[in-house]
Amino acid sequence: MSVRQLPIIPISTPRIGAVGKTGKWRIFKPIIKQDKCVKCLQCWLYCPDAAIIRDENDNVTVNYDYCKGCGICAHECPVKAIEMVKEE
Amino acid sequence: MPQYKILTGNYAVAYGVKLSKPQVIAAYPITPQTTIVEKLSEFIEKGELKAKMLRVESEHSAIAAVIGAALAGARTFTATSSQGLLYMHEGVWMASGARLPIVMAIVTRAIFPPWNIWTDHGDLLDQRDTGWIICMVEDNQEALDMIIQAYKIAEDERVLLPVMVGLDSFILSHTATPVEVPDEDIIDSYLPAPGENIHYPKISFENPLTYFNLVFPDNYMEFRYQIQEAMNRAKRVVMEADMKYYKLVGRRYGGLIETYRCTDANIVVVSMGALTGDVKEAVDRLRDEGYNVGALKLRFIRPFPEEELKKELLHKKLVIVIDRAISFGKGGILYTEISSALYEGRFREIPVIRGYVTGLGGRDITVDDVITMVERLITRLESGTLTHGWEWFKLRKEVVE
Repeated sequence: MSVRQLPIIPISTPRIGAVGKTGKWRIFKPIIKQDKCVKCLQCWLYCPDAAIIRDENDNVTVNYDYCKGCGICAHECPVKAIEMVKEE
Repeated sequence: MPQYKILTGNYAVAYGVKLSKPQVIAAYPITPQTTIVEKLSEFIEKGELKAKMLRVESEHSAIAAVIGAALAGARTFTATSSQGLLYMHEGVWMASGARLPIVMAIVTRAIFPPWNIWTDHGDLLDQRDTGWIICMVEDNQEALDMIIQAYKIAEDERVLLPVMVGLDSFILSHTATPVEVPDEDIIDSYLPAPGENIHYPKISFENPLTYFNLVFPDNYMEFRYQIQEAMNRAKRVVMEADMKYYKLVGRRYGGLIETYRCTDANIVVVSMGALTGDVKEAVDRLRDEGYNVGALKLRFIRPFPEEELKKELLHKKLVIVIDRAISFGKGGILYTEISSALYEGRFREIPVIRGYVTGLGGRDITVDDVITMVERLITRLESGTLTHGWEWFKLRKEVVE
């Protein structure tokens, strides 16, 4: 029987969605009010899960498949353009 | 042609680092280490060393920064002392667990409380179970040479473990002596080019990796086993690094231990660091008085030179171990380790092993002190009252009784 050889250090290659759609963990959902957004990109910079999507014109949207609803984006937004709304 | 300079121990370390060409240096100032990184900053400012200097907010961040840089494949350096080293402790384990060939200078300093900035080996010996290769130097020249050799050992494919190079605070760190600085070309031919031929999986934007994963009980032990095996292989690599350095630079230190007038000695004094210079002087004077004494310098604490110590010490009458640190509730740390090595698997006669705990917090230990230590034990050995054990030396007992 062949045995999988261990490397000298525990490493792995990260891949998107390795533990499924983590957006399901969310209790509060960030809603971006596009009319208030000043495109400062603080939400995109601070999001710990890279779940803020930035397009070529610096418009931001949320990837709800992976957003866990931590609320950091809403906290950092300098113009209060992100509201946290309880999931139904 | 090599240059001769008058250098403090810390500047000798800085010159050794400069010749090793690290690409990333991160450090936080702490007495008595500060002048190492000050000098390195100066080299970088002058354009003599092309490295990125990261001035971080703590030692915990310093080790984290060099771990990050090493993961990206850079040759790295950091230095600290005492409290700084203790504050780094978590990252110290992280560096060895990730098998990163980081080199760190430790200017040994007593641990607080009470505050004390002078030499004591407590900080360095506190790291002995961390999976780092740990060596201690005797003089400024050895400090320069061992920094360079440390990279050679750490980056070797058979080893891949970080290395600490210890030097005594003030006695070496702030005392200037003549030091030979080898030629850049020679060191370039001794060490591999920095950042090339990396023997571990490095992280890049093209190749993102997750280090420090969760490992379940069915695999954890095997990672520990691999570090122990690398330590065993490092013994040979230390010797090879020493020999190759000798061929190119002309200086060698003997590998894991160095012996001085030991061959015909029946009494051997074991010590570590700068004190060894005084022990050698004491040996010369005791020899003049007709005592057959030798000195043994413990150069590496990890990997521990068990075989070498057995070979040199088992047939002696008396082994005296001088410790500049104490494990509270046990005793002299080197005394304990050397006793264990000499007792291991042996049931026939072994020498009397006596330990002294002394010189803590920078208490000065002179050549005369070493002579007193030896003579006191010889008297007891001859009267047949000497047994295994350790005792304090130069302790001002009258002020605590």
